Amino acid sequence: MAKIRDMIPAFELLQPTSVEAALNLLDEHRGEAWVLAGGLDSFDWFKDRVKRPSVVVDLGGIAEMHGIREVTNGLEIGAMTTLTEVVRHARIRSEWSVVADAAEHVATPQIRNQGTLGGNVSQDTRCWYYRSGWPCYRAGGNTCYAAAPQAMNREHCIMGRSRCVAVNPSDTAPALIAVDAKMIVESSKGPKVYDAEDFFIGPAIDITRMTVMKERDLLTRIHIPSTWANAEFYYEKVRDRGAWDFQLVSVAAAFQKEGDRITAARIAVNGVAPYPVRVEAAERIVVGTTGDEATAAAAGEAAIEGARALRHNDYKIAMMRNLVRRAVRSVA
Amino acid sequence: MAEKLVGTDIAPPDLHAKITGRARYAEDFRAPGMVFAKLLLSPMPHARVRRVDARRALAMPGVIDILRADEVPSRDGPREACLTDYPRYEGEPILAVAAVDEETAAAAIEAIEIDFEPLPFVIDPLDSLRPGGPNAYVEGNQFSGQDGWSEFRWTAEDFAVIDAGGMPDPSCPVEWTKGDPDAAFAESALVLEETIVHQSLTHHPMEPRSNMAYWEGDRLFAFVSTQSTQQTKFALASALDMDPENITFVAEFCGGGFGSKISGTTVMQVPAIFSKKIGRPVMLRVTRYEENYIGRARPGFQSWLKMGFLPNGKCNAIDLIIVQESGPYGASDYATAGMIADLTYTPQNMRFRAVDMFTNTPPKAAQRGPGGAQIISMMEPILEKAARELGVDRLEMHRLNAPRGDVKFGPRDSTLTSVHAIEALERGAEMFDWPAKVALSGRRDGSRVTGVGIGLSPYTAGSRDRDGLMIIRPDGKLYVHQGIGNLGTHSIADTARPAAELLGLSWDDVVIVWGDSSKGMPRSTVQAGSQTTHAHTRANHAAGMDALQKVREVAAATMGGAPSAYRVDGGRVSGPGGTMTLGRVAERAIQMGGRYDGHVLPEDIHEQTIPAAQMLAGQGLMGVARDNYGGEGNVYSWVAGFALVELDEETGVVALKEYVGITDCGTVIHPRSLGAQVLGGSIQGMGMAMTQRWVFDPKWGVPFANRLYTARPPGMLDVPPDLKWDAVGIADPTTPVGAKGIGEPPVGAGAAALTCAVADAMGGRCLCRTPLTPDIILAELEGRTGVGRLEQHVG
Repeated sequence: MAKIRDMIPAFELLQPTSVEAALNLLDEHRGEAWVLAGGLDSFDWFKDRVKRPSVVVDLGGIAEMHGIREVTNGLEIGAMTTLTEVVRHARIRSEWSVVADAAEHVATPQIRNQGTLGGNVSQDTRCWYYRSGWPCYRAGGNTCYAAAPQAMNREHCIMGRSRCVAVNPSDTAPALIAVDAKMIVESSKGPKVYDAEDFFIGPAIDITRMTVMKERDLLTRIHIPSTWANAEFYYEKVRDRGAWDFQLVSVAAAFQKEGDRITAARIAVNGVAPYPVRVEAAERIVVGTTGDEATAAAAGEAAIEGARALRHNDYKIAMMRNLVRRAVRSVA
Repeated sequence: MAEKLVGTDIAPPDLHAKITGRARYAEDFRAPGMVFAKLLLSPMPHARVRRVDARRALAMPGVIDILRADEVPSRDGPREACLTDYPRYEGEPILAVAAVDEETAAAAIEAIEIDFEPLPFVIDPLDSLRPGGPNAYVEGNQFSGQDGWSEFRWTAEDFAVIDAGGMPDPSCPVEWTKGDPDAAFAESALVLEETIVHQSLTHHPMEPRSNMAYWEGDRLFAFVSTQSTQQTKFALASALDMDPENITFVAEFCGGGFGSKISGTTVMQVPAIFSKKIGRPVMLRVTRYEENYIGRARPGFQSWLKMGFLPNGKCNAIDLIIVQESGPYGASDYATAGMIADLTYTPQNMRFRAVDMFTNTPPKAAQRGPGGAQIISMMEPILEKAARELGVDRLEMHRLNAPRGDVKFGPRDSTLTSVHAIEALERGAEMFDWPAKVALSGRRDGSRVTGVGIGLSPYTAGSRDRDGLMIIRPDGKLYVHQGIGNLGTHSIADTARPAAELLGLSWDDVVIVWGDSSKGMPRSTVQAGSQTTHAHTRANHAAGMDALQKVREVAAATMGGAPSAYRVDGGRVSGPGGTMTLGRVAERAIQMGGRYDGHVLPEDIHEQTIPAAQMLAGQGLMGVARDNYGGEGNVYSWVAGFALVELDEETGVVALKEYVGITDCGTVIHPRSLGAQVLGGSIQGMGMAMTQRWVFDPKWGVPFANRLYTARPPGMLDVPPDLKWDAVGIADPTTPVGAKGIGEPPVGAGAAALTCAVADAMGGRCLCRTPLTPDIILAELEGRTGVGRLEQHVG
């Protein structure tokens, strides 16, 4: 079929006003329904006519999915809360600044005004072979074009590959892992709570999905527990230009200290695997130290253990090592 | 006292329309009964269409018709048609479908069954140069009008040298030599040899080349997006083999072209021909995705460069080989690159060789500073490397090698009208505070290292012999008719200023008429090669002088005395017989007729101006003239760029901290607009050198980075907010207003200042390729596997 791009095919738009109604619609339409949050990922797919759902369930009218609420033991962020709201929220800025930092690194102000936290963590990979509609493993085919010997894969993964070498594009994902966020996923069978690091899945688990969510599931809110409030945080995103760009590699880290000693650490890296990677080996090295240069170097080396480059992304191994090193160094 | 118009900031007449959204671009026009067309693009880089079955598409409700390649003009050889059954790049338009709405047209395109025979293709020109390599065309990889197709290869011995990392000594279809390079290299105190890759990248104007057309009888109404106007009308007429006077051509606004829309007539043919076929207006809205393919691209270079230097730093010899990645329809950047290398470094001894290789990538065309921007961004870091090795201050190195007024360059010893590159360097060094900044070179702050660099970039900046056309109407206003395009540079208004100033008019009494051929357009330049400011300040000056003389004659004839005794100022002409308003003069001119109101025209104006002047005859006092000012030498402008960067050695990220751009472009007509050109062009060059890229999968021959977010042109956060600029401001003595163009040279300056500063931050290590993205820099710093030395299209 000849390719046409930049024109969204018609679909039936459904606009529920409650989570319950949304879940009913997802049950009713099953695989035909596409869940629409801010639309930044969805409309790219629709414009390219690669994903052509007949039914789109727009979550924009569900009030209970918007906004940031104080709850026992932390904050609860509705999945439809915009990234701008996350960036501007006073308590997030002061107590979990890594989350605000990460949200502020998303794309551009316009996109942050429209894009949602739930959408940001649920977005699909940006592998350009896959996004171009090529019949790769992830798209139901039987090859990975990006892993081919001559492939253009500077932005692809250095670890966690399993037939697919794409990376997770979310800026907020590693930050949510760093603060040990909990993702509340609802379906008609009831809610399930996932640790942020378990919310994201790799191709070895299911090559067609980036997260645990299946077709009748809905991420309704994200709980930021108090456990890591006011920790020392570090966030850095390396990208090709200053705005409107996905990460090459990003790192988010949280450190708890007593005196100058690190007592607990959570470090997550994105852009290096099909899912955001929590680098526990590095965390173990860091705990009990002051985050001195030698520790930072060791943590960086531990983080890249097992990393393997494709043809054009050998640099990512050094970039990941250096970012982890910088994250650790930041608390010294 | 007349208002001073040249050299002041005046808002252009299209400003309010642009910022309020009232500006009508081609896509904004509508016509009764208008239908929409969509294109079917080739899914492969080289193919032959074996069969098309459109029955299902044509049966869809709302589908009007299909337009095939055999219904549009085509020519033999590597020449582009607007539709083809022999696509030579992925994305080349095969056919078009018209329907009552776009969604139906799109669905119809998807319903067409089309069978392609895939053909061998080539993405990297070096592959085609290798013995036994693939060709971009079935017939060969070289074409000449005389001899037709042939195959051109370098030898296995050439490639043995290349593969070993050396500089080959190949035969090339293009070659010129001046002086004695071999003898000069033997005398050089330092000889540097480098392998250099400059990327190919798309133009990405904000406005894709959408256009609409309809017919009334034999008259075509075309609403298009183009940089030029009057010349594009003639180019479209030529493409459609019709009388240009039967085209009403509307191009009021153009959302950027950067060379890709100098005429841009290829895609304009589709609605014109389709509309004639179906008898309804046809709108073709070109999408961003389609623009990526059909919107033109800068050719990439793979080059070998040898530069020799005397002990004091003077370049005394250059040996330059360029392999150009030319797409399926060719480009001529390499020729300009050779000329500019000789002009900028004045070696006196130079050998230049080039081979222009067809490839199965989207078509190439001039992109702001074509050839010059590439060669400057490639060679300036080598010059600075030589300075380091010879222990010469880099500013001094640039100053020493820059041309003086008596420069002779290129194979035919071309000359310049004026050159003040050294003054630009000196002014830049002062504003940038070069001595203080160069002292920061290599400074460390954690993992960040400071680097500074200079880029000196010339480009052509003028032409002669065009016509000016204007009328003073009975309302007392001067109507300046412009055949040049409104491509966003303000030249439609700014080039009219000299005429208005000659006539002593307030700017409020000047009306610019542009963008619609039915209003009358004189013979103009194409908006390319930064010609416009030079060419049309001259042409309008000539027409202004004609109008001035006629005003005096009308006054003398009406009030008595000699014409030369009359003075024109403040909307009046005054002299020994009294005073008249220019409105009254216009009325008298109409009464007097003849040459005064345009019923009799100068014999030397171009034939393309005559119909426009005849259309306007009798409406007031006409100033119409050919630019007969003459002059010798090539017109070039210059920009000297100075950059300070911080390179993060742990990430490969480069942050531009300071930039100063100084131009030598003669008399400054419009300071604010000039600043936008100097800095805007510099930023475009920075993107070319650092952030922007185009990527092809070599196995499948298709491009990625097709979207703005993946192509990554630089944004406002990629440059500091306080970029600085200035102009030398020395008039070119060979042109009456003294102004030269400015659009192109800043690109090379911005790019080269950055490539030099990055090399400086890396301790003088030159990566000799663009773009210098973080992956490439970090891989180099870490000693890890980077891209191949000569690989093109890897981004």
